[in-house]
Amino acid sequence: MNDKARFDAPDAPRKMTGAEIIWECLERLGVEYVFGYPGGAILPTYDALTKSRVHHVLVRHEQGATHMADGYARASGRVGVALATSGPGATNMVTGIATAMMDSSPIVCITGQVGSSVLGSDAFQEVDITGITIPITKHNYLVTRADEVGPSLREAFEIAAADRPGPVLVDVTKDAQLSTCEFDWDAAAPRAHRQVPVFFPSAAELNDAAALINESRRPVILAGHGIILSGAGEEVRRLAETADIPVALTLLGLGAFPASHALNLGMMGMHGEAWVNQAIQESDLLIALGMRFDDRVTGKLNTYAQKARKIHIEIDRAEINKNVKADVPLIGDLREVLQRLLPLVNPNRHSEWWSQIHLSKKDSAVRDIQNLPDNGHLYAAHVINDLWRETKGDAVIVTDVGQHQMWEAQYYHHEKPRSLITSGGLGTMGFALPAGIGAKFARPDAEVWVVVGDGGFQMTMAELATIVQEKINVKIAIINNGYLGMVRQWQEFFYEGRYAGTPLLSPDFVKLAEAYGIPGLMVTQRSQVIPSLNTARFHAGPALIDFRVEQEDSVYPMVPAGADLHAMIRRPTPLVERPTDE
Amino acid sequence: MSEREKTHTFVVYVENKPGVLNRIASLFRRRGYNIESLTVGHTERPNISRMTIVSSIGEGAAHRVEANIYKLVNVLSVEDVTHATTIARSLALIKVEASEATRHRLLEFVRVFRARVVDLAPRSLIIEITGAEDKIHALVDVLRPFGIVEMVRTGQVVMRRGAQDSVPKMPEGDDRQNERKTGPEASSAHAIEAEHPGSV
Repeated sequence: MNDKARFDAPDAPRKMTGAEIIWECLERLGVEYVFGYPGGAILPTYDALTKSRVHHVLVRHEQGATHMADGYARASGRVGVALATSGPGATNMVTGIATAMMDSSPIVCITGQVGSSVLGSDAFQEVDITGITIPITKHNYLVTRADEVGPSLREAFEIAAADRPGPVLVDVTKDAQLSTCEFDWDAAAPRAHRQVPVFFPSAAELNDAAALINESRRPVILAGHGIILSGAGEEVRRLAETADIPVALTLLGLGAFPASHALNLGMMGMHGEAWVNQAIQESDLLIALGMRFDDRVTGKLNTYAQKARKIHIEIDRAEINKNVKADVPLIGDLREVLQRLLPLVNPNRHSEWWSQIHLSKKDSAVRDIQNLPDNGHLYAAHVINDLWRETKGDAVIVTDVGQHQMWEAQYYHHEKPRSLITSGGLGTMGFALPAGIGAKFARPDAEVWVVVGDGGFQMTMAELATIVQEKINVKIAIINNGYLGMVRQWQEFFYEGRYAGTPLLSPDFVKLAEAYGIPGLMVTQRSQVIPSLNTARFHAGPALIDFRVEQEDSVYPMVPAGADLHAMIRRPTPLVERPTDE
Repeated sequence: MSEREKTHTFVVYVENKPGVLNRIASLFRRRGYNIESLTVGHTERPNISRMTIVSSIGEGAAHRVEANIYKLVNVLSVEDVTHATTIARSLALIKVEASEATRHRLLEFVRVFRARVVDLAPRSLIIEITGAEDKIHALVDVLRPFGIVEMVRTGQVVMRRGAQDSVPKMPEGDDRQNERKTGPEASSAHAIEAEHPGSV
């Protein structure tokens, strides 16, 4: 089949194999990149790839494929696609699928499956991947016939992106890929099988919410990931500015409201600034926008924001009253709900509330490691803050999980949505490097920095080869402290400093990078940070910097897990110094 | 989370497709909730099955399970009918030891409970009883001293009393799944939501 025939008569049914239908559908759905790894049960689909315009990115591990699809989706707002074979190929995707599920990221994973005649017989490389992924997908499909491929894939894309986005898996048996059928794009369109009631708030409910906002003296907006997913940034800004409401952000909400905005308080929760959590605890009205009151955000539920009424605007009905009871739940798309709510909100000023908040900042600036003079030690916070300054806050930062992730959240100030990509809900180490690759495919013009710990980097560093093979220009900053830092911090705080399993030996990352043909730098002094960042930034290709930071620094402030939100461990003053091994 | 547990009954309409039962059961399993009884059968409409699920869980848990069942793509509707007026029935077959000496008394119980004898053998008989759970419990209690050999129960089926039904509204014609409905119907669905707030 040539391209001309395909596009001259696009809607005429044609005889195609299931494998060809997969690529045909992906092309028609506007998919540019598929992140995948071949194998026996998906071979017919790879064979049909040779006739497709879709660009296939060969990964080094299927987990990487799912994280790349996820990073692509988060950076672009479009559906990311990962492809793998049956059995181990499919099970390797599980972590990436669960990551996307927890963080509402729209990805479609296509897996090959053994032939339908041997399903359930423990055939070579057979695994029940649809059974395994039921709890970690929005939906999944076992496709055993070629004529089911089109409808399943089209519906999968629709489900992945609809409402609260998430992952969908399509498992296609080998015979379904090989056999042929008449394919008709239009006939494969997803059909409504149920009347979906949209729980759109009534006028009365909107009035209730507006009344609470208009009466409130100490309101706080809790800004979550839903703002970015719904594209409601402008509406949130108008709400905050109209009624003079402080905005606290969740980790995944960072970028949803400009960091430089006068009403921005900063990040809330376990490693949020003390005054942010204080404001939440003192508030008389929480306006929760597209967030789910995760335990890392609330601390102990019994003592969480006891003085506050709660308005919860959320598209997922199952999130309402899950952790925190809402006085006024408004279920629906955040942007649409806010557009209806905004005309009911009166202009207001809360100067008393603001002075109370400013007062609660107290000595925070003194404790901020950023304001300490250079004492010869290199702190991760310095690296992140310099990265923010040098990139003028304009880069797309993709982080892994742990201390560096929290320092990134504290010291890189995000102005725009989709400029921070991080694994929040599942906390998946090894996420950063592959997700960064996916983000770069989605935003080729953006400066993409992978900020990753020495532990998480070693989980998926095989994808360095993908970077080189695909000639992808991502920059990598390893925050290397020789420990699994966040776990070490917990051991220091809560296990009397018994560092079991946390001291971490790493290879020479500079030599490792060079082995892949990626230039590497090592940095040990604060004064070297900015020159090294700019060397990497202005190199026309990928680069890696190994930042040897203070080994036993901790992330402050910290609300211990399950503790009251206002009970924070603060950075000691003056700073406790420890000798490094260097 | 300590919540007062109570028997909750869910009526769920689903597409009759492989794996749907697994998806629904999984929502209970992952939260550690036990399913007391679960019945599935065809409905008056082709390719649509109806489930009645009974589980002893707290009010907040019931709300969460209901909301999560609804998120499943193959689910057409779900309703927690615990607070509605309903007719609930289940059926039991009870094989009980019966000698010449005891058979007469057993038949007397069967008559009182409006049950039926569906098999009679020299040393046993099988009793069929249909009714609400407590009626079946009561019969089992009086039969126990005679020696229950074997028992099988169907689990509950439940239907709302009166004209109100649990039947899902089906899309008309070629409505797309994403089509939005607003107006009184949507807000009344939301009112149900507000009646059952989580008790966290």
